[in-house]
Amino acid sequence: MLKFTAEHEWLQLDGDVATVGITTFAVEQLGDLVFVELPEVGASFSKNDDAATVESVKAASEVYCPLDGEITAVNEAIVADPSLVNSDPQGAGWFFKLKLKNLADADGLLDEAAYKELTA
Amino acid sequence: MDDTAALKRTPLHALHLQLGARMVPFAGYDMPVQYPAGVMKEHLHTRAEAGLFDVSHMGQVIVKAKSGSYEDAALALESLVPVDILGLGEGRQRYGFFTDDTGCILDDLMIAHVDDHLFVVVNAACKEADIAHLQAHISDQCDITVLDRALIALQGPRAVAVLAELWADVAAMKFMDVRHCRLHDVSCLVSRSGYSGEDGFEISIPSDKAEDVTKRLLEHPDVQAIGLGARDSLRLEAGLCLYGNDIDTTTSPVEAALEWAMQKARRGSGARAGGFPGSGRILSELENGAARRRVGLKPEGKAPVRGHAKLYADTEGKVEIGEVTSGGFGPSAEGPIAMGYVPVSHAAVGTLVYAEVRGKYLPVTVSALPFVTPTYKR
Repeated sequence: MLKFTAEHEWLQLDGDVATVGITTFAVEQLGDLVFVELPEVGASFSKNDDAATVESVKAASEVYCPLDGEITAVNEAIVADPSLVNSDPQGAGWFFKLKLKNLADADGLLDEAAYKELTA
Repeated sequence: MDDTAALKRTPLHALHLQLGARMVPFAGYDMPVQYPAGVMKEHLHTRAEAGLFDVSHMGQVIVKAKSGSYEDAALALESLVPVDILGLGEGRQRYGFFTDDTGCILDDLMIAHVDDHLFVVVNAACKEADIAHLQAHISDQCDITVLDRALIALQGPRAVAVLAELWADVAAMKFMDVRHCRLHDVSCLVSRSGYSGEDGFEISIPSDKAEDVTKRLLEHPDVQAIGLGARDSLRLEAGLCLYGNDIDTTTSPVEAALEWAMQKARRGSGARAGGFPGSGRILSELENGAARRRVGLKPEGKAPVRGHAKLYADTEGKVEIGEVTSGGFGPSAEGPIAMGYVPVSHAAVGTLVYAEVRGKYLPVTVSALPFVTPTYKR
């Protein structure tokens, strides 16, 4: 199940684990990424905590944790090559996997149609 | 009225929109920060081929002595800048800055000797204040005329060949030469200078012809439109100051490592030593040095260190020693680069200092400026 946040993150839910990344819209706004900093595996975050940082040539931006949970994996490939996020933001450019504290929290996220409307 | 409605537009505004630029407010103008290619490609294109920049937001001002003599205009302007203007040959240009009574920098500017007068280009954000400054101090001797013209920059290794297709004589110009010319039958003023570290030109064009000349330059396959984003990363790699970031009314020219712009004639034993605002401090610092210096900074890791990051002498952030004034990623340097101020005790190339980024203290090495080798045609 694919969900979105108003902060331009996507979540692919598989049971109570969400793969999280930033949307194509977000990447178009940011431009070419030159640096990505990811959280540590095992770290716990609350919704809207700063979980990761992305930097373009011009500016730094935070990536927020979309829901309460614990990091179970991170995508080191985008640290080695941040351009992966630009070329495939909703695939190979994923950021981290988050084990949700409460699966029901995901119900409050946007579906694809609602997100598209938001960014139209 | 919303914010964008209040913004001023350059004569090339409609062209930027046609080209798909992302527009942002900058110094009161609605300006292109990038085009669809993006900052990275625009930067690299400028270093490899030729980039075209709209810098019409900058102020273009004629300073002409009421007597009609260049010498009188030069001496009048010398009362406001620590630069040798009298010794500037006809058709030559020099970098300089207006200083204040405390010996700090009010704005930096380009000063050209054109015919019997001075042609100066000042920063957009400072232009009202600069014009008022000129009016207040030298309008009894000089007429100060603000030009309503467009200004574009064509920068990069292919710039000279592209411009030579319109005006063959351009190839004979040297770095900091200024010439009148006709481009597509439009009367323009061209200087071989810029703000990218590349060979290139700045071209002053009558506003009503600016779009026509610019479009024709953009028709050349080597030329791409470049936004303010890449303009900033290019000048940072070139080690050039951005007024308001790297220099301002809290920095003196010697602190800013701009001694090279103050010629012998205006220094201690020179023919016209002093005689500009803040000369006491500036002449003393030229002799004895300043307590702090603007230096290049190269972060050791991959994380960019941005402007306003605090600099420390130690890894734990106990001894604050200075601040980053500009920083980002250098596409040609292929890594993060920055500049900022440190005490002279920490200003030697190779000194390790620490920049605070998101609560961490990242190692940063003091480095020689510029970060890329300029290709000016001297």
